[in-house]
Amino acid sequence: MTTLVIAEPSAEGVKVPTLTTLGAASKLGGEVHVLVLGQGVGAVADATAQVAGVAKVLTADAAELAHGLAENVAPLVVNLVQAGGYGHVLAPSTTFGKNVAPRVAALLDVAQISDITGVESADTFTRPIYAGNAIATVQSSDPVKVATVRGTAFEAVAATGGSASVEAASGATDSGLSKFVSQEVSKSERPELTSARVIVSGGRGMQSGDNFPLLEALADKLGAAVGASRAAVDAGFVPNDYQVGQTGKIVAPELYIAVGISGAIQHLAGMKDSKVIVAINKDEEAPIFQIADYGLVADLFKAVPELTAEI
Amino acid sequence: MKVLVAVKRVVDYNVKVRVKADGTGVDTANVKMSMNPFDEIAVEEAVRLKEAGKATEIVVVSVGPTQAQETLRTALAMGADRAILVQSDAETQPLGVAKALKALAEKEQPGLVILGKQAIDDDANQTGQMLAALLGWAQGTFASKVVPAEGTVAVTREIDGGLETVDLKLPAVVTTDLRLNEPRYASLPNIMKAKKKPLETVDAASLGVDLAPRLKTLKVAEPAKRAGGVKVGSVQELVAKLKTEARVI
Repeated sequence: MTTLVIAEPSAEGVKVPTLTTLGAASKLGGEVHVLVLGQGVGAVADATAQVAGVAKVLTADAAELAHGLAENVAPLVVNLVQAGGYGHVLAPSTTFGKNVAPRVAALLDVAQISDITGVESADTFTRPIYAGNAIATVQSSDPVKVATVRGTAFEAVAATGGSASVEAASGATDSGLSKFVSQEVSKSERPELTSARVIVSGGRGMQSGDNFPLLEALADKLGAAVGASRAAVDAGFVPNDYQVGQTGKIVAPELYIAVGISGAIQHLAGMKDSKVIVAINKDEEAPIFQIADYGLVADLFKAVPELTAEI
Repeated sequence: MKVLVAVKRVVDYNVKVRVKADGTGVDTANVKMSMNPFDEIAVEEAVRLKEAGKATEIVVVSVGPTQAQETLRTALAMGADRAILVQSDAETQPLGVAKALKALAEKEQPGLVILGKQAIDDDANQTGQMLAALLGWAQGTFASKVVPAEGTVAVTREIDGGLETVDLKLPAVVTTDLRLNEPRYASLPNIMKAKKKPLETVDAASLGVDLAPRLKTLKVAEPAKRAGGVKVGSVQELVAKLKTEARVI
């Protein structure tokens, strides 16, 4: 059975979520095809053809796919699945993948398996439930398995070493149901949260968005991304795209430094698979210390600048 | 414009769930149940639309066991006008729920359907997208702002890189993210009033939809435990440990 991977839309190069989704696809056995969609995606498609283990790249290049609107993307994927006889359709667990994959599954009249963290066999997968406090093993009896893939649970495949054929996929149309209006994308020189090696995150203890430069200085010294807990985002300290947690971004960096974060269950759900966790909090009873490898009970306003200077 | 809101009864977000010893699921006996927090945001948004004169009637619906009536009463106390329970004691999954909601949407003809983006029990994040697919409607998922206009609704969505605004043709499906609003607490007089609001129970079978689960849960297990670490006494000690012991900087 062949697997179709829906690539994370990209303006340049192959995105990490696509590579980790391919990591999951490689565990299914069988040939792997990748759908690269968007507008002006020729170079990205060529880069995708270099990715290890990819047999074929399908490109869907059209103005109506420029913003990845689910209403336009889903019918295209459904056509490909029906024409190509795919047994699996995988998408990354990004806001793009989570928006599109259930729509694809419903149109195919199959279940969707969210956020898989393990492939037991071609029809059996593990996935976290209850904010990661339990891991379910689920088996699908549907003819096509549609799943989203938690990037932190799979190794990214190598971006080079492959030589896939590139083919145009036709059939994209504008549904007329939705229209892209605008985007406010945070611009940052720092690495993206979901692919950063080191993350420095701030919580309610930061007291104000004006104090986040403290974390940014530390992050820049470490080449780290800056994240936040839900409490910090809800309080308006930083924008929503900083949020790490059950319903925000799921991360698993080499080093996660939690500053002024108490450690609510829904935050831990987003970062507890990090390799090394450091917690800095003045409340020694904070639950974050129960999972931190290194805990420092201290006033963050003193400890963070000191840490920045010391590294 | 009529607004349909879907709500789910789930284990309260403050409860630390326990995996059953036999590995068949999590223990929900004698555990506090509440409305899924994202669905509270959905109800609140509908009520605000009505208060702003943009919605005429709010119909709240749940697919689940008899006890989900309590969840519906909560929504009625928050300001929904009437409720429908699609009674099903068997396990429900997003595709089946979406089919039941589709049947109700076809009957009720709402201009907008609002749901939470995900339920905090199965963390699936699918039902809204599936409902939109089945109805052939537009979907505005992970909404942080919803502005209805004539025949369209502008939805600002929380996406990985920041925010995105899309214009959707009505009728449409919207799923709520955390920052859309802060749900109100139902006041005591409103809780009393909610008891008199109409709550209709519909047997799932009478809708003629297939609610049978498509995924079989083979096992539910505890996640790998993270061993607690050590406390360090100073920033210097922390840096030393990170350099020589953890070797991550």
